[in-house]
Amino acid sequence: MAADFLEIQEEALRRWEALTDGDSPWIRVGTALCGQAAGADQVIATLISELERQGLNAQVSRVGCLGLCFAEPMVDVLVPGQGRVVYGNVGPGDVGGIVSSHLGKGVPVADLVLGCIGEESGEGLPLLEQHPMKASEQRIALRNAGHIDPLDIYQYVANGGYGALNRALTEMTAAEALEEVNASGLRGRGGAAFPAGTKWRFLAGSNAPDKYILCNCEEGDPGAFNDKGILESDPHTVVEGIILAGYATGANHGYIFIRHGHDGPIERARAAVDQAYELGLLGKDILGTEFTFDLEVALTGDSYVSGEETALMEAIEGSRAMPRFRPPFPAQVGVFGKPTNINNVKTMAYVPEIISKGGEWFSGIGHDKSTGTAILCLSGALNYTGMVELPMGMNLNDVLNEVAGGVPGGKGLSFIQTGGPLGGVLSAAATDLVLDFDIFRSAGAILGSGGIIAADEDTCVVDLTRVLIAFCQYESCGKCFPCRMGMSHMLEVLERICRLEGTPDDLALMRNIGENMQAGSLCGHGQLGFNPVSSALRYFPEQFEAHIVDKRCPTGSCRVRHFSPRLSRR
Amino acid sequence: MDGLKQRIIKAVQNQPQPTVTILSSLLAVEDELGYIPREAVEEVASLNQATINDVWAVVSFYPNFRTVPPCDHRIEVCWGPSCHLVGAMPVIASVLEAAGLEDEGDTPDGKLTIRYNTCLGACALAPVMSVDHHLAGRITPDRGRELVTETLKSTGSGES
Repeated sequence: MAADFLEIQEEALRRWEALTDGDSPWIRVGTALCGQAAGADQVIATLISELERQGLNAQVSRVGCLGLCFAEPMVDVLVPGQGRVVYGNVGPGDVGGIVSSHLGKGVPVADLVLGCIGEESGEGLPLLEQHPMKASEQRIALRNAGHIDPLDIYQYVANGGYGALNRALTEMTAAEALEEVNASGLRGRGGAAFPAGTKWRFLAGSNAPDKYILCNCEEGDPGAFNDKGILESDPHTVVEGIILAGYATGANHGYIFIRHGHDGPIERARAAVDQAYELGLLGKDILGTEFTFDLEVALTGDSYVSGEETALMEAIEGSRAMPRFRPPFPAQVGVFGKPTNINNVKTMAYVPEIISKGGEWFSGIGHDKSTGTAILCLSGALNYTGMVELPMGMNLNDVLNEVAGGVPGGKGLSFIQTGGPLGGVLSAAATDLVLDFDIFRSAGAILGSGGIIAADEDTCVVDLTRVLIAFCQYESCGKCFPCRMGMSHMLEVLERICRLEGTPDDLALMRNIGENMQAGSLCGHGQLGFNPVSSALRYFPEQFEAHIVDKRCPTGSCRVRHFSPRLSRR
Repeated sequence: MDGLKQRIIKAVQNQPQPTVTILSSLLAVEDELGYIPREAVEEVASLNQATINDVWAVVSFYPNFRTVPPCDHRIEVCWGPSCHLVGAMPVIASVLEAAGLEDEGDTPDGKLTIRYNTCLGACALAPVMSVDHHLAGRITPDRGRELVTETLKSTGSGES
């Protein structure tokens, strides 16, 4: 059924207008993983019963993440004729008052207001865009997050969605679409920061009849939740990005790859795919053109290494998620033996805007060879935790002290841990650097997937290193001996040091293990597995010395009993 | 036993996605039954034209697969770095104490499973735990203990 895109757009705009400028208010509640963890489900249940009890009419939608996760549950009220008002930290007990005052009398409950969107909706109410976490933001991939109902394709279309796909299919050749992505300088947001355009060219250069596009949402990095956040908040931007990748490279099959158990992202991704099929945006002869693309959601079991590109292909094929030898590279022999391109969720989420606004526009944002924005997940000892999209080139100190509001309780920052467990730590003294893949790398850290975990001065760096290595040990897939045994051995040494039973030889021993892992492992898990220890040693040698020589932990936090899984892969 | 086999066949044959593999079939069984019984290994092997050994290789690799029937309720507590930095370990200690367990595992009466999770995905609201798949954030040791007690008091299965 070749749908006419203009008809879809008209229908979408008609529905959007009815929703935002109709007779009844529209209430949006954040229900991404952050909202759920804060109790959004209870707030929604109370909201619905209060509306009924007070005899008021309103449309209630479950939306994604506005980014200010620390203030969840957030309730965003739009009364027709007035601006949007966002309430933060809303408990079920606050809901009745919001309904009676704001919806009943048109007076927002000022004490609970986090900020207004668009225009001021009451005297003395701040604008949300003035909040420190919002003030520096430039949203491209997250442009719809928290604003639209992720389960409603028409809301995505009403906000410009699938316009890039329509434009590419009707006005651009595949080579032209690829060239826009190439010109944008977009680099992979999964960790390696490899140029997406170059990767796409590898696949476009293959004449094989069956080619695959994989979108990686495995996201096992503790402290990173932006892939899941995007899929939960705006799954259609990812779907559109994947279809565009297929068009540009001549591929006709795609998979979105998510870890089993992350129900929110899985349900929303599946729903988005189904809706795109219904409107003729996926499947045979998309929008009446000759381009055909099929997309489905594939799940993995619990395995951190399954986020590695070749292990991911093993998991899609249904096997143990263990990395393959390279070469051959995925662009020649990938999933099911066919040429394959793999990109992260964030990378894909940028593509529709790049096609709409042009590669040059995107490359004009950012810093040097790191174009565009960084989507950061701020967690740990910070006042404002959540998900922000900031232009590359912003100073990390400003991110920590202003955007994230500094460390709670007036404490000092000790170190941050970036780019997932393998990214290592960066001392507070070394955070005067700008958001840029290459600058981070030369500082010995990884910007990678954007997770930034902050630790205050009461944290023992040796203790955190132990947790990072415990994670790496548990998640080693076991294929390469140096990684499998090296991680276990290194964990034993770190546990010994934390018990204050370490010896000076232990540092050399860990270096030796680390060098062997780096040289003898197939994938980044083993190759980078020494990073947590080497970076901690680099910045905090005195802390290791205190444990080993003086037999004391400067913060005392090593003494807390530790729990980590005893299970291992058999 | 026939009932079990019927449920396995139904789960394996009604997968929503077009690509059916050993792993996807096992995940479908896990969703339906909460564990992978021996019968499911045999069924998945025959439907995927694989050997029992091939299927066990996958079951034993991913730690989310159980091979014994699930408890009535399941609580997961995050031990990842974000949660660790803001107090996950004391939370785990009090959760285990309330459940009467020394380490992750099942309570002897089959009521509750406690598992350590590497990341539940709500790091901004750490420490995080989940009770029968419902997330809860900013957990203190006291709140963790309360959630265990409430869960043990509630009747029926949390899987519904």
